[in-house]
Amino acid sequence: MEIPENVKKRLSIPADEHFYAGHTACQGCGASLGIRYVLKAYGRKTIFTIPACCSTIIAGPWPYTAFEANLFHTAFETTGAVMSGIEAALKAKGYKVKGEDGVMVVGWAGDGGTADIGLQALSGFLERGHDAVYIMYDNEAYMNTGIQRSGSTPYGAWTTNTPGGKRHFLEKRHKKKVIDIVIAHEIPYAATASIAFPEDFIRKLKKAQKTPGPSFIQLFAPCPTGWRSPTDKSIELARLAVQTAYFPLFEYENGRYKINMPSTKKEPKPIEEFLKLQGRFKYMTKEDIEILQNWVLHEWEKLKKLAEVFG
Amino acid sequence: MAEYKPIRKVVSGNYAAAYAVKHARVEVVAAYPITPQTSIIEKIAEFLANGEIEGLEYVPVESEHSAMAACIGASATGARAFTATSAQGLALMHEMLHWASGARLPIVMVDVNRAMAPPWSVWDDQTDSLSQRDTGWMQFYAENNQEVYDGVLMAFKIAETVNLPAMVVESAFILSHTYDVVEMIPQELVDEFLPPRKPLYTLTDFDNPIAVGALGGPNDYYEFRYKIQKAMEKAEKVIHEVGKEFGERFGRDYSQMIELYRTEDADFVFMGMGSLMGTVKQAVDILREEGYKVGAAKVRWFRPFPKKELYELAKSVEGIAVLDRNFSFGQEGILFNEAKGALYNTDAKPLIKNYIVGLGGRDFTVNDVRKIAENMKAIIDKGELDVEVDWYHLKR
Ligand SMILES: Cc1ncc(C[n+]2csc(CCOP(=O)(O)OP(=O)(O)O)c2C)c(N)n1
Ligand code: SF4
Repeated sequence: MEIPENVKKRLSIPADEHFYAGHTACQGCGASLGIRYVLKAYGRKTIFTIPACCSTIIAGPWPYTAFEANLFHTAFETTGAVMSGIEAALKAKGYKVKGEDGVMVVGWAGDGGTADIGLQALSGFLERGHDAVYIMYDNEAYMNTGIQRSGSTPYGAWTTNTPGGKRHFLEKRHKKKVIDIVIAHEIPYAATASIAFPEDFIRKLKKAQKTPGPSFIQLFAPCPTGWRSPTDKSIELARLAVQTAYFPLFEYENGRYKINMPSTKKEPKPIEEFLKLQGRFKYMTKEDIEILQNWVLHEWEKLKKLAEVFG
Repeated sequence: MAEYKPIRKVVSGNYAAAYAVKHARVEVVAAYPITPQTSIIEKIAEFLANGEIEGLEYVPVESEHSAMAACIGASATGARAFTATSAQGLALMHEMLHWASGARLPIVMVDVNRAMAPPWSVWDDQTDSLSQRDTGWMQFYAENNQEVYDGVLMAFKIAETVNLPAMVVESAFILSHTYDVVEMIPQELVDEFLPPRKPLYTLTDFDNPIAVGALGGPNDYYEFRYKIQKAMEKAEKVIHEVGKEFGERFGRDYSQMIELYRTEDADFVFMGMGSLMGTVKQAVDILREEGYKVGAAKVRWFRPFPKKELYELAKSVEGIAVLDRNFSFGQEGILFNEAKGALYNTDAKPLIKNYIVGLGGRDFTVNDVRKIAENMKAIIDKGELDVEVDWYHLKR
């Protein structure tokens, strides 16, 4: 029987499970889905480094682990450095690192551990050219310490240290474009991905695996707890983030940009569709929404230009 | 066992450390430069560039915090890992020192003792390493370049036996940049003394994956701490054994955690750590000729702390002059504080006085030891202290 095209695509997601049920994420946690896909893509021959973040907890307390792969829990700002040390040790010991049959060295860090406190170690890791994959799961705040802003928190979002109130005190800065900082290091492969598009994510993980040198993937991973969103809306939110061009999916490969989604031919959906499902944006005024919408479209135009000129 | 014929080289303390790293067949070096440590990591890079070292991955990281983090990643993967630093660099590493001991990784580091800023100072002072006292690292203080070399080799063996990291401490410029003859050990003999590391665990058993450093609740954390203490206690025994073995193989015995110099019949002794004890030993010889019955007690290992050896010494003398090239603000010299604490619940109660000396590289000479001896003799004759903590060099 002829397998329909859409089903064929889905077969690209490996059936193997290496992430155990019984992990301790909240219901509807985007990060935990992300972990599951990374483990599917890379399997057991993987060494994870996880800094302080929600995933420390998700992986389970001692003596348990939800990961069927080796895992080293480390300090908040050290993901890039610990990965570098693991990779160096593997090489000193004669292991093949990266590639189809090599050991995968994976850093799995939140946006706080990547965009803020861990930026220096990330930069060092990228610049030295280690054969490893750094995945930043972006839930747009410090969730583990109780929902405080990070450099990756968007304009207008409520967090516990940018609360809304009488004086309309909210996050006044736009989301830090970590991926642009990463690309400035001119590494061979960087991409954005989303838990709403697992085939795309797995394909990117595989590409990162095959590409020698450091790779970076920024994964959009909704957090119902911190976003004040219904636990069954995480995938929908992640999809809307792409469809509104709030979090477009693209790849950067050796100087070339390629947009994967949304379609560059269609107008992105209005940002309200993404915002309205979440409690964290409830303090935004009409003007605030307009400011955010303008920023999103401006960044989207920039990206389209990059893809056009350097495609 | 092949016959031991030492190779004599005239090297700085820092080069002695670099040679020891080479001879120890270290697999990963991750480091960041800081004066006066820099020439250690430069020399290692030079060895690599000249093809004199094989099987070493050198990671020129972007900070000391990352240097220790990278060593931790490497050591957890099963490699023998090394780094070196000084002062501000060591302070920046502090968080990760806890991580290394908590994950039970036998990383070895050379710290070149340097004063902490401000004011900026690049000279000798032990407060940097002693500030790391409670991180679960063993600490060995070297008196001379030979002890830097020997110390690194022994530190790896001891660390890998008890699964705790170890720091070998040498003094800024006095050792780091001063050349002296060092007897090095031929590679085959180092290999016999220090075989390849057998890790407690590694991240490379892909059939039996593990998670290291996960959340430890109140039901478990306590026992993890206790086990580190047990490892420290075991280290005392291992230090004696490895130090003795080193002596048998290479003629320099390190079986004592406190090296005693002419203390047998001493009325009082000078106690301290690191390079200043070289000066003290010389002074003891001179003072002995002048009729003082004095000796020197060089504390080699500060962690684990040599309580038993200190007790034995304290029983036999009337006074101990503790020379601290360091200070704990709001209290007193750190070695003094430790020594007093160690003796409190014992029957050994010599007069014990603290002299703060040499901070930030202030010169400390034989003549200074003589003045301290005069003062010690006076207080012992009187039977009571004049002051407990004496800022000896203070310009009054
Ligand atoms: C040096 C240091 N500072 C602060 C913390 C406290 N801390 C732990 S996790 C965390 C936030 C993590 O945020 P992020 O990286 O975005 O991951 P998430 O929790 O959202 O998954 C903070 C601030 C720490 N562990 N270490
Ligand atoms: S707080 Fe958010 S990111 Fe953390 S486990 Fe819960 S849903 Fe996941």
